[in-house]
Amino acid sequence: MTNWIIWLLPLPPLLAFFAIILFTNKNKALSHSIAVAAAGLSWLGSMIVFISAVGTTGFGKHVFESAINWLPTGTTWLQIGVRVDPLSAVVLFFVAWTVLAIFVYSIGYHNFGQPKGDHDLPGLPPHGATITDEGGHNHVVPSIEPMYARFFAFISLFAFGMYTLVVSNNLLTLFVGWEIMGLCSYLLIGFWFGKKSARDAAIKAFMTTRIGDVFMLLGIAFVYSATGSLSYKDIFQPQVLQALAGTPAFFGLSAAGMIGLLLFIGTVGKSAQWPLHVWLPDAMEGPTPVSAMIHAATMVSAGVYMAIRIYPLLSLDVHTMTVVAFIGSFTALFAATIAVAQNDIKKVLAYSTISQLGFMIAALGVHAYVAAAFHLVTHAFFKALLFLGSGSVIHGMEHGVLHTGEHVDAQDMFNMGGLRKKMPVTFWTFLIGGLALSGFPVLTAGFWSKDAIFAEAFGNGYVLVFIVLALAAFLTAFYTMRQITLTFFGEARTQAAEHASENKWTMTLPLVVLAIFAVGVGWVGMPAWFTGGLVPDWFHGFVGGTLTQAPETTAFNWIPVATSLVVALGGLLCGWLAYRNVSVPAEDRLQIPLLKNKYYFDEIYAFLFVRPAGWIAEKFTLLYMDQVVIDGFLHSLARFSLFLGHAFRNYFDKPVINEFIGDGAGKTVKASGFGLRKIQAGRIQYYMVVALVILAVFAFLVYFLKLGM
Amino acid sequence: MSIPLTWYLILAAALFCIGLYGVLSRKNAIAILLGIELMLNAVNINLVAFWRYLNPAQMAGQAFAVIVFAVAAAEVAVGLALIISVYRRRKTVVADEIDLMKW
Amino acid sequence: MTAEQIIFLLTGVLVLGSAFMVVTVRNLLHAALWLVASLFGVAVLYAILQANFLAVVQVVIYIGAIAILFIFAVMLTRRQLLESGRQTRSSWWIPALLGLLILIGLVSLILSVPGLDRTASAMPVGLDTVQALGTALVSPDAYVLPFEVASVLMLAALVGAVYVASVDKK
Repeated sequence: MTNWIIWLLPLPPLLAFFAIILFTNKNKALSHSIAVAAAGLSWLGSMIVFISAVGTTGFGKHVFESAINWLPTGTTWLQIGVRVDPLSAVVLFFVAWTVLAIFVYSIGYHNFGQPKGDHDLPGLPPHGATITDEGGHNHVVPSIEPMYARFFAFISLFAFGMYTLVVSNNLLTLFVGWEIMGLCSYLLIGFWFGKKSARDAAIKAFMTTRIGDVFMLLGIAFVYSATGSLSYKDIFQPQVLQALAGTPAFFGLSAAGMIGLLLFIGTVGKSAQWPLHVWLPDAMEGPTPVSAMIHAATMVSAGVYMAIRIYPLLSLDVHTMTVVAFIGSFTALFAATIAVAQNDIKKVLAYSTISQLGFMIAALGVHAYVAAAFHLVTHAFFKALLFLGSGSVIHGMEHGVLHTGEHVDAQDMFNMGGLRKKMPVTFWTFLIGGLALSGFPVLTAGFWSKDAIFAEAFGNGYVLVFIVLALAAFLTAFYTMRQITLTFFGEARTQAAEHASENKWTMTLPLVVLAIFAVGVGWVGMPAWFTGGLVPDWFHGFVGGTLTQAPETTAFNWIPVATSLVVALGGLLCGWLAYRNVSVPAEDRLQIPLLKNKYYFDEIYAFLFVRPAGWIAEKFTLLYMDQVVIDGFLHSLARFSLFLGHAFRNYFDKPVINEFIGDGAGKTVKASGFGLRKIQAGRIQYYMVVALVILAVFAFLVYFLKLGM
Repeated sequence: MSIPLTWYLILAAALFCIGLYGVLSRKNAIAILLGIELMLNAVNINLVAFWRYLNPAQMAGQAFAVIVFAVAAAEVAVGLALIISVYRRRKTVVADEIDLMKW
Repeated sequence: MTAEQIIFLLTGVLVLGSAFMVVTVRNLLHAALWLVASLFGVAVLYAILQANFLAVVQVVIYIGAIAILFIFAVMLTRRQLLESGRQTRSSWWIPALLGLLILIGLVSLILSVPGLDRTASAMPVGLDTVQALGTALVSPDAYVLPFEVASVLMLAALVGAVYVASVDKK
């Protein structure tokens, strides 16, 4: 029974996508109802599956799996199917909740119920409608998004992609969901396609993740050729893994290591790790629910999910693990340093996401399997909360902008201030999210997951990684508090901030729900020593059961615990102290150009890759290959055809057919007529001679040659 | 009677051919009619010879010859009338010049 | 060579010679007169063949009427070509050749049929050819119909000739 539900989980959002695109595009209320209903149905199914998964003892050994024969390959079949094991059960849990929350949030974010804008065009963000109230005063109020239904169609497709990826039992359908999400990220980042920056960002996102996807596809092909199957069940069998570990491949890696590395590069692209991190900050061009969806709840999590999935493969080769750990920890610190110098509220969160994903990847690299999964779950909740909260802040600021007519950037934190009084629900939920991100002790989920990572990193002996991650955690807390201070504390720095107001329940209710999870979800993974052994570490036991050999819990060591407390609280304190009196960017001493400009990586890539590619495309491919070679060939073909046509016309059609056959027949008849009519001379003796000659001939033939006798 | 039939027949054939020559080669229309008369006479000779040599009791041969006489006479009368009429109109009796029914 | 054969040969020479003169002589009147001679020879032939009535009819009709008619016609159309110019067409050799060929063909045909080389049997005794001919011509079992039709033909010819040769009353 549960298997049926698992098969059907991705279906409602897909049907919602088609229904909205084909039928209800004009009707805004119907479209969002269909989308939310679909998300709700999938949520319901996910909860049922999750509960029954949790309720099964020893679930790791009795997973829900169902497969069908799909592609005949000679004597065997390539199977595809669904699988819910402990890892995918918890991922399904957070995906269902965050997707539903974001869908509901989007209704309010796109101003459902508001009037249509004065000069709103599809493809540009809405900027206000003028309404007249009873007193005759004109107010400018937020207007409804012109492409409202389209948005819901796209995020439904996105949800479909994520559900497909999570429930799949093989690398092929995982890749299918992966690519669908890639497509949707292009569509949604470039949602406001009227803005050039959005279009460029969408292409950048797609291209960058594509680079990772190419290597991932190579990895999948390698897996298939080495093992003959793409299902997790077949690949992660101990004897298969041993065989792969024993086979040497390229660059001194074993086959397992090579495959793992190739697949990991896909994660580097999708989860925006260095060096393929450049797309994620630009992706903030999309509407905030998109940012929340892509960069917290689903897409980037998919990259990490896949990496966690192939952990049995990765862990076989020490070189691959080194690469993984390096990239993870480097990215964590790298992105955190950039985040402290960003002024846009969403850009801070973007770099924060990159950094936190680095944490998870680093955790994988140090053999902290359960910790990585745990951080994935908690991060999804609090990052989605933070993004939705920032969207709420921006929305409130926009309201203020429209009200005052001031043209300030509603996303710049230095234009905000004092919003805790104006937008209380947003403030409290954002604070909870921020504390969770920083790892505030005990009360927030982030603390438990980060602590688990520190403990494992230290306990498994990766001291360098531990130090780097600790620094990154300090910076995380620092820039989070900077963000909260600048946005909510102090006094309003602009008129727009002065007139900002709280949003409707469709936006604040999801915030509250996610805040509850941001607090509570950490408690399921408390290490046993904390409660003195009374409350077992449920998460560790449950998710650990996914692997054939359950990982053991790390023993208690006070160094990691102390470190995490110090960096968290210290970072928060420093952030608040440093920024409580800062009101303009000039006073912000951390606005170092190097950090502000993201270490100039965009410029480096533009120089190294984008401009040469553009040159090749334009000069070589277009001007030379296309216009000279291909068009030249086509033109010469055309000229040849024309020549043939002329030749045929002038040398065959006209002389032979027209003149010789056509006119010739006429002329021959005429000439012969002219000639033959002379027979009719009117002279009867002539006629008689002819008649007698013929008669004589006949007589000769009959009587003398006896013909006809 | 000691004259073989073939002699008469050959004589008739020769007369016929002479008449044929006259018809085909003379310019004057009346001369053509003269040739036709010769041919008709040749036919008559044939008829009568056959009558006498095959079955003299049966009068078919002579009767036929009588009819031929009649027809020849009629034909000459009409033909000459035509020639005279044409002569009156076109002032010519040369056969080659009476060629209005040409192309 | 019996007497009959000699007479026949002489008659044959007359007929054929006169006929030849008819078709070659330049003066048309002479040609008509030579025709008379030829016709006379034919009458003799009829007499030899014991077709007495036909011999007489030949002389009376052919020579007495038709040849006279020819002479009248010649005289009535004498303005042109009196005795000048060629009387035969320039391509006279074609008809000559043709005639010769036909003659050869006919003669060989005649000689090839067996049973034609017979001599005449005697006339039945008591056969009055004239009376028999007369009876045949009016007897309903015999040839009255052709006879009557021939007379109608004569009538038509008569009327036609008169009409055609009449002067236009303009």
